[in-house]
Amino acid sequence: MSGCGAPVGGAALTGVNLAKEAVIQGVVRRDSAPVAGAYVRLLDSSGEFTAEVPTGEDGAFRFFAAPGTWTVRVLAPRGATAQSSVEAELGRITEVELALS
Amino acid sequence: MSRRDSVLVSADWVESHLDDPNVVLIEVDEDTSAYDKGHIKGAIKLDWKKDLQDPVRRDFVGKEAFEKLLSERGVANDHTVVLYGGNNNWFAAYAYWYFKLYGHEDVRLLDGGRKKWELDSRPLVQEVPERQPTQYRAKDPDLSIRAFRDEVVAAIGQKNLVDVRSPEEYSGKLLAPAHLPQEVAQRPGHVPTAVNVPWSKAANEDGTFKSNEELREIYAQAGVDFNKSTIAYCRIGERSSHTWFVLHELLGLEDVKNYDGSWTEYGSLVGVPVVVGEEPGEAS
Repeated sequence: MSGCGAPVGGAALTGVNLAKEAVIQGVVRRDSAPVAGAYVRLLDSSGEFTAEVPTGEDGAFRFFAAPGTWTVRVLAPRGATAQSSVEAELGRITEVELALS
Repeated sequence: MSRRDSVLVSADWVESHLDDPNVVLIEVDEDTSAYDKGHIKGAIKLDWKKDLQDPVRRDFVGKEAFEKLLSERGVANDHTVVLYGGNNNWFAAYAYWYFKLYGHEDVRLLDGGRKKWELDSRPLVQEVPERQPTQYRAKDPDLSIRAFRDEVVAAIGQKNLVDVRSPEEYSGKLLAPAHLPQEVAQRPGHVPTAVNVPWSKAANEDGTFKSNEELREIYAQAGVDFNKSTIAYCRIGERSSHTWFVLHELLGLEDVKNYDGSWTEYGSLVGVPVVVGEEPGEAS
């Protein structure tokens, strides 16, 4: 039995049936450089927390959402944040870029 | 010392106790690669799966195995154990519950866990400490804090059932947290009459716990009756350990159990009632 732990950068797509997933993924950047070790959280349409993953060395993160509207929000050291609203769809990979101010 | 201070320590407290020989810091996670890259000075690691789960059956390790584990790692019965980890302290909270189950006297959580520590840009080291082995003695498991499936079925419409998963998992739109692929074997939904109070309601964005006043308000508003017994569950028992910690350790409610079988067990049972959708549903 595996736990619910979030792999750094999010779970890999290898072996995943993408037709049955609504993937949201992207990269966190500061001045166009990827930011590792930031925390990206997925909030549902009511703003409720749904999941969180730390970004990998390449600044990447990935979620397996349900179809609908979501907010992706990043938290980095020294209070830096950014967020973006995204639409997820079954069978599609939705890409989102987050730029830290 | 307040109840909260005896179970929860701040990052500042940990920094000022880094060289305290009576304090053992333990990083706990499902994936311990973060520890290998850097951890709080002096911390040892526990692997949620390899160290704390039975390799064959779906269960914890037994009392003797727990004694052997802590003896080898150099944890003594009179040590103050401070647990922390990634994933918003879920696995650390699970370990906390586990240490309590086996009767460890003084165990505490680092408020905010690894995330808060990192967001504060506090130092992490790679050096792995060497500890002298001990003769750890565990107590018999305290089953007053652990719920099994039959108790959960019997609690429908009777006790507080608190489903701490995200609203999408509770309603049945998702079967796992959204950082994991969704194709799994269980039925979607929740236990009838369970209220949905996501674990995340109890935490600030940096992973620290909200104040007791805020916490009390959150659970009362969601319909948790503080005069009743409570069972918390999630998908596999770690997020609900976080909520068990809030209700039992921070708020001091008397009869609170964590159902570690959680949805991966309940959602696979034959013949039990399940509710799909946003409403708690009725006891049938």
